[in-house]
Amino acid sequence: MADIPDTAPSRLRLPRLGLRDLWAEADSIQRIAALLAISLALAALLAPWIAPYDPTAQSLLSRLRPPVGFERFKDGFWLGTDELGRDMLSRGLYGLRLTLTLAMLGACIGLAVGSVLGLLAGVVGGIADSLVMALVDVQIAVPFTLIALLVVAVFGADIEVLIIVLGVYGWEQYARIVRGEVLKLREMPFVEAARATGASQARIALVHILPNVTSPLVVQFTLAFSNIVLLESTLSFLGLGVQPPTATLGSMVGIGRDYMPSAPWIVMVPAVAILLVTFAVQIMGDWLRDRADVRLRGR
Amino acid sequence: MLEFVALRVARMFVTIFVIVTAVFFATRLSGDALDFVVAPGMTEEDRIALTAYYGLDGTTWQQYVRYLGAFMQGEFGLSFLERRPVAEIVAERIWPSLQLLLASVGFTLSVSIPLGVIAAVYRQSWIGSAVMSLAFLGYAIPNFVLATLLVLIFAYTLNWLPVVGNGTVWHFLMPTFALSAYMIAGLTRFTRNAMLDVLSQDYMRTARAKGLAERVVILKHGLRNASITVLSVVGLQIAGLAASGSVVVETIFSWPGLGDLLVESAIRRDYPVLQFGVLSVAVAVILINTIVDLAYTWADPRLRLARA
Repeated sequence: MADIPDTAPSRLRLPRLGLRDLWAEADSIQRIAALLAISLALAALLAPWIAPYDPTAQSLLSRLRPPVGFERFKDGFWLGTDELGRDMLSRGLYGLRLTLTLAMLGACIGLAVGSVLGLLAGVVGGIADSLVMALVDVQIAVPFTLIALLVVAVFGADIEVLIIVLGVYGWEQYARIVRGEVLKLREMPFVEAARATGASQARIALVHILPNVTSPLVVQFTLAFSNIVLLESTLSFLGLGVQPPTATLGSMVGIGRDYMPSAPWIVMVPAVAILLVTFAVQIMGDWLRDRADVRLRGR
Repeated sequence: MLEFVALRVARMFVTIFVIVTAVFFATRLSGDALDFVVAPGMTEEDRIALTAYYGLDGTTWQQYVRYLGAFMQGEFGLSFLERRPVAEIVAERIWPSLQLLLASVGFTLSVSIPLGVIAAVYRQSWIGSAVMSLAFLGYAIPNFVLATLLVLIFAYTLNWLPVVGNGTVWHFLMPTFALSAYMIAGLTRFTRNAMLDVLSQDYMRTARAKGLAERVVILKHGLRNASITVLSVVGLQIAGLAASGSVVVETIFSWPGLGDLLVESAIRRDYPVLQFGVLSVAVAVILINTIVDLAYTWADPRLRLARA
């Protein structure tokens, strides 16, 4: 899911601001998105307590029941049931939980791997730099979905494999940002001062340079997170992600497709959930990016 | 300039070589690839014969050298399941994919460039916001959700459009739209930003001061200058986006193209097909990107001189 960046990420810079200031300057859509993001995160977090049923508990007598308000609705199953009589609300909550967990893990791994490699390339330079940048070139050149397909096919459709695939996604963006910032910061007086006082390369990298790269990384993280949600859903949808009976929102859409003509809610519930997630995350990502990019102000 | 071209082409070959190598070793990492092919009751001799048949005997390094050698001669291996050359299997899938791709890129360009220009020119009014909201929707809706909803509405509910295959013009409508939505969103945003950069240039004021009609100012002086940037993005991003998107869209609509083949061979673990399929798509994307990059450098005098 390559992004078309409107701006070069290395130029981003996030001014320090409290949450209250952010809220005050947000427009109404951004506020809705923020509230939506918080409620989705809470729903995912609290799924084991608020879900009315076990998401894998089958009840063959109440299969394919529609959501509330339709004919044949069965009391207690507010969003209907699927082909095995499992409660759609519970499955949706657990699916959301797993989707967000996987995306969060993947995004964190990508951030860690990319930043370390970027630091390495920028601080050490020389062969390390050339190697990392060659890898970045390759990663940019190949559409990531292809890499993901290959990896999943080779190592099996397993949840650990999926996390690694999601973790590899987008590392090159972080590496590029960090490397660019390091090259710029390396010549700054405070880094020179640290070097003059005899600080080691590792100390300069971690204590003096890394904190200064945080803002562009935060923006990139938000943008990457929504792409990872999409990637995870896509892979699960294709049947290459988690395996049944465990479900993420993507695999629920994928499996539910077979029942679409007669029981469209099996697809609609997870599809709407995915839309809500990507909507909230995308708006927050755009918001942070626009804030961080001075050139876009007033547009 | 010549030096730049040579360097760029050399880099392309290095990238391709790295990918060929990485793909080879990745498919060997899974242990014995034949485990999925060998039938339970097979004798040891049959197994050895089968291993040799697929070129899977010897150490990994021997296989690698043999693989590279065969590659140079245009032999890319045999499918585990269909037992015929993978190149043949992949070749059959190229034309349907290309048709869908061309339809989508054509649709994307004809929609997003006018929209982007409108969004830039009317950025202060509701028209601009409406266009950007639409673009945002295209960004936020995953293509498999969009495709599924399209099927639900236009095929199952309204019964207007066919779902499976690529027989008629009607078959093209839903896949093309599903594949284009994300690209349209991206390109509209990009066109708008490129236009905004151009609109604030001095020569735009000059053009207006000369008394040219606003239409001429926007289209001839504005869009023409923005178009180089826009087209370079089309080349650089669309190839990758389309490759990712068609995997999903072709699967949903059972479109007999490369994306469908890749997913199928990944699920059935037909490594030779998957390997060659991934390589062909990757090489195609890299080739397109290199050509666009070179064309871009050539088309922009500032870059041409800087890199000469």
